[in-house]
Amino acid sequence: MATAAMPMPTQKPDQDDAVTARPWLDELRSDGARGQAAVADLHRLLLKAARFEVERRAAQLPHLRGGDLEDLAQQAADDALLALLRKLDDFRGESRFTTWAYKFALLEAAVKVRRRAWQGREVPLEDEAWANLAGSGSAGRGAEDAELLAALREEIEGSLTPRQREVLVAVALNAVPIDVLAERLGSTRGALYKTLHDARRKLRAALAARGFEIGDGEEKR
Amino acid sequence: MKRDELLGRVLGPDAPELTCEQCFDELDRYVELVVAGEPADARIPGMRAHLEGCPACAEDFRSLRDLVSG
Repeated sequence: MATAAMPMPTQKPDQDDAVTARPWLDELRSDGARGQAAVADLHRLLLKAARFEVERRAAQLPHLRGGDLEDLAQQAADDALLALLRKLDDFRGESRFTTWAYKFALLEAAVKVRRRAWQGREVPLEDEAWANLAGSGSAGRGAEDAELLAALREEIEGSLTPRQREVLVAVALNAVPIDVLAERLGSTRGALYKTLHDARRKLRAALAARGFEIGDGEEKR
Repeated sequence: MKRDELLGRVLGPDAPELTCEQCFDELDRYVELVVAGEPADARIPGMRAHLEGCPACAEDFRSLRDLVSG
């Protein structure tokens, strides 16, 4: 369904009652023309959401033209439609159907933009991460910061598994998008976040064992 | 990167949190609660902590919130 050189519209998808109150589930589950029409309308809805997301993130893709961005939005809408239809039975009616549907398009669009933005780029090396750590101290807390950051670096190097260290350094220190890293490592966002979560727990425990009391981003030793 | 920001990114939230899959499952309900001014964090425990710890899910949250908030 991808097309080239279409202008990117700026409006949000319809939020009016006629769209949000429509019996989407019944229509999508219908046979024949009624079901096909609902699927086509749903695709249009998803496309508007995908365009909204791609446009928000267009600054990350300065090398792409309008037609390329439109292609990304079209691909995102196509993939979102397939993902949504596979999960149609999961819709519990706890939100509007349109809100539930939009999240599929936004996710697909965001992932595609992030991956396109990182296409051909190397994931930063660990050395750059240590430079981030060393440069993160703030004035007036030099000695305390140096002690904490040295301990943190030691624990990252010594307490984590190689996989945990790889994920933590890339995502937390070098700001590599987790979807991009997942693609490079042949994994998923969820699996990598679990790895990151486990690494963070381990670091918190290790720092606590060394006498550092750390809350949400604030060290209280 | 500022020190506290870096510590937050490296050490993550100090609270129980949802997984990315659970976050996606609950995202539409959470966003509608937020937009309606309802106590979203009390209704869906662990969501806020996850959004603090996962930059990608946090971006998805902001996009859906902005999309449906009119």
